Amino acid sequence: MAVRASFEKNNEIGCFAKLTNTYCLVAVGGSENFYSVFEGELSETIPVFHASIAGCRIIGRMCVGNRHGLIVPSSTTDQELQHIRNSLPDAVRVQRVEERLSALGNVIACNDYVALVHPDLDRETEEILADTLKVEVFRQTVAEQVLVGSYCAFSNQGGLVHPKTSIEDQDELSSLLQVPLVAGTVNRGSEVIAGGMVVNDWCAFCGLDTTSTELSVIESVFRLSDAAQPSAIATTMRDSLIDSMA
Amino acid sequence: MEYVQAPATISQANILCCTCGVPIPPNPANMCVACLRTQVDISEGIPKQVTVNFCKQCERYLQPPATWMSCALESRELLSLCLKKIKSSMTKVRLIDAGFLWTEPHSKRIKMKVTIQKEVMNGAILQQVFVVEFVIQYQMCDDCHRVEAKDFWKAVVQVRQKTSHKKTFYYLEQLILKHKLHQNALNIKEMNDGIDFYYSTKQHAQKMTDFLQCTVPCRSKTSQRLISHDIHSNTFNYKSTYSMEIVPVCKDNVICLSPKLAQSLGNMGQVCVCVRVTSTIHLIDPNTLQIAEVDGGTFWRYPFSSLCSPRQLEEFIVMDIDVLRNQKLGAGAGIRSNKHLLAELWVQKTSEMDGQQYHCRTYLGHLLNIGDLVQGYDFVNSNINDEHLNKMKPHAIPDVVLIKKCYDRNRRSKRRNWKLHEMDRDREGMAPNDERQYEDFLEDLEEDEALRKNINIYRDASKVAVESDTDEEGAPRVSLAEMLEELSLTDATGEDGAEMMTE
Repeated sequence: MAVRASFEKNNEIGCFAKLTNTYCLVAVGGSENFYSVFEGELSETIPVFHASIAGCRIIGRMCVGNRHGLIVPSSTTDQELQHIRNSLPDAVRVQRVEERLSALGNVIACNDYVALVHPDLDRETEEILADTLKVEVFRQTVAEQVLVGSYCAFSNQGGLVHPKTSIEDQDELSSLLQVPLVAGTVNRGSEVIAGGMVVNDWCAFCGLDTTSTELSVIESVFRLSDAAQPSAIATTMRDSLIDSMA
Repeated sequence: MEYVQAPATISQANILCCTCGVPIPPNPANMCVACLRTQVDISEGIPKQVTVNFCKQCERYLQPPATWMSCALESRELLSLCLKKIKSSMTKVRLIDAGFLWTEPHSKRIKMKVTIQKEVMNGAILQQVFVVEFVIQYQMCDDCHRVEAKDFWKAVVQVRQKTSHKKTFYYLEQLILKHKLHQNALNIKEMNDGIDFYYSTKQHAQKMTDFLQCTVPCRSKTSQRLISHDIHSNTFNYKSTYSMEIVPVCKDNVICLSPKLAQSLGNMGQVCVCVRVTSTIHLIDPNTLQIAEVDGGTFWRYPFSSLCSPRQLEEFIVMDIDVLRNQKLGAGAGIRSNKHLLAELWVQKTSEMDGQQYHCRTYLGHLLNIGDLVQGYDFVNSNINDEHLNKMKPHAIPDVVLIKKCYDRNRRSKRRNWKLHEMDRDREGMAPNDERQYEDFLEDLEEDEALRKNINIYRDASKVAVESDTDEEGAPRVSLAEMLEELSLTDATGEDGAEMMTE
């Protein structure tokens, strides 16, 4: 299920929200419209809450997280950190890191198993990343862009990368991530993928300018149309279920 | 050892066009060209129909703000003119190509095909071809307008000289031509005793009067007539008239100075001959060779007039000549001419060869020999009414004043291998130019080097060239070195263009 939204007329909603499979952070805006889009879609399954990092609204670019944890930059205040900790489920670990590249959302892209990071990221951060988020870390670039967190977005189902990514790069990345990848755009041709959308395993939010073509690409590569249906258990998961029960 | 082969080529993945879903290679807008074109019109703001002003009379196009250019259909000049029309709206796009589409010549439409490029949406460069239609609209150009409205002038310079002979005017005409002052005149009209110059602005007329005041002795009077005025904006519309009166004395006139002026010029004789009129009047006393210059201001304070008209010149033959050297002048006398030679001679009229012989003095001693013909005025047998001459003692008045040596006229004009340019002017209602007077002026030029150094003399290609500056008869001529080659524009065939002599 892909939904269009905008944050105070801004289509770069990936800057103002962080969505994982177990929680959703939404920036504090002038109105609650943006928040209510997320709340309406997600509040039944995961906690959706307001947060700010270092007093900024661009939380999506400042922090990185997945099902297992959340990593915030050192500029996060204690109060903010406390609020995030209180709002998150107990199973999610929150970790503050001292990292020169403090916009963690721009330099790290991850799902629940794998993370792609900026080639210049600290060793220490890389270790914390692996520990906290329980991911395998790869230093990579996407379409020769070092800001891997900005130019790609992937979940456990699939991923969308920068439109100029060559086929060879796409093959390499998808073999690292073990998910299908496709080159594409959001927000009517914008190549800043993660800036224009947030995605988890069953839901995606895109900027208001995103065209139907782009939405259909997103829905198909993230398998949002079928995976979320309860009937999927009977069709796609049937074989594995039978295998495991046997 | 094994080598890992790097992929030879990097294959670009296709993406879907973000609006229509067609697979395309990624571009900065990530949109297919067709969609991009629907999204942005790069020719937006460029007018598709423009008017071009065209003067029907002279077939020229208006190049704003005020230039009129004649250019052929589908010519390079017309293209640049048309492009300039839409240039202001094309600042944000890059012009790649422009050309004309054929249109019927009488359709008053010019169609131009323009190719432009523009960067749109984060660096995608879009190219577009479109047609701009230019509508030709008739507008009379200023020049034609002036021609049509015959009295479209703001200022007029009226140059007048009250003499029977136009020598000074011929000289003035050549000066004006040389300094190209006639170019911004709207109209030049020949009137009785003078010429009128019409100008569109007062400044041009002022320039003309300034020029006249420093080239010929004259006095000016300015007047203006109120045509209309606007009390609200305090603007007045005047027509100005500059009246320039040139001194009524020409070269070769005999004049009688007032006693006071003669005294102030260094005790000159009262009866003098005017040898030249430039910015001053050059006088010579035939009795003493004394010379003097009278400027315009002095002339108008102590006016004198010509005693005889050139028509009264008579032909004399030299019977005897005696050159006078070392003649003493009285105290306080002015300078003497060193170009002339004083001589005493006996002359006789050629019309009455057995008649009386006259004794006279002349400044032409260097030119005359016994038997030569010479032109002069006979004072004995003529009835002259002049204020100053009447008061003179009878014995002080010379019998004959000789002016210049005679040469064979026809021969001279035949052998003349140079010519002057003429100013185009309106001779409406005027008698045709006096050929004889013009001939006189040309002869004066040949005789006087000081006069011709101020004007442009052109070689007459139809006559043969000369080497010497006098002919076998001794008449002075203009040397080739003083002549200018005329600019003649002829086309390759050389036949039709021969009439297109330009100045």
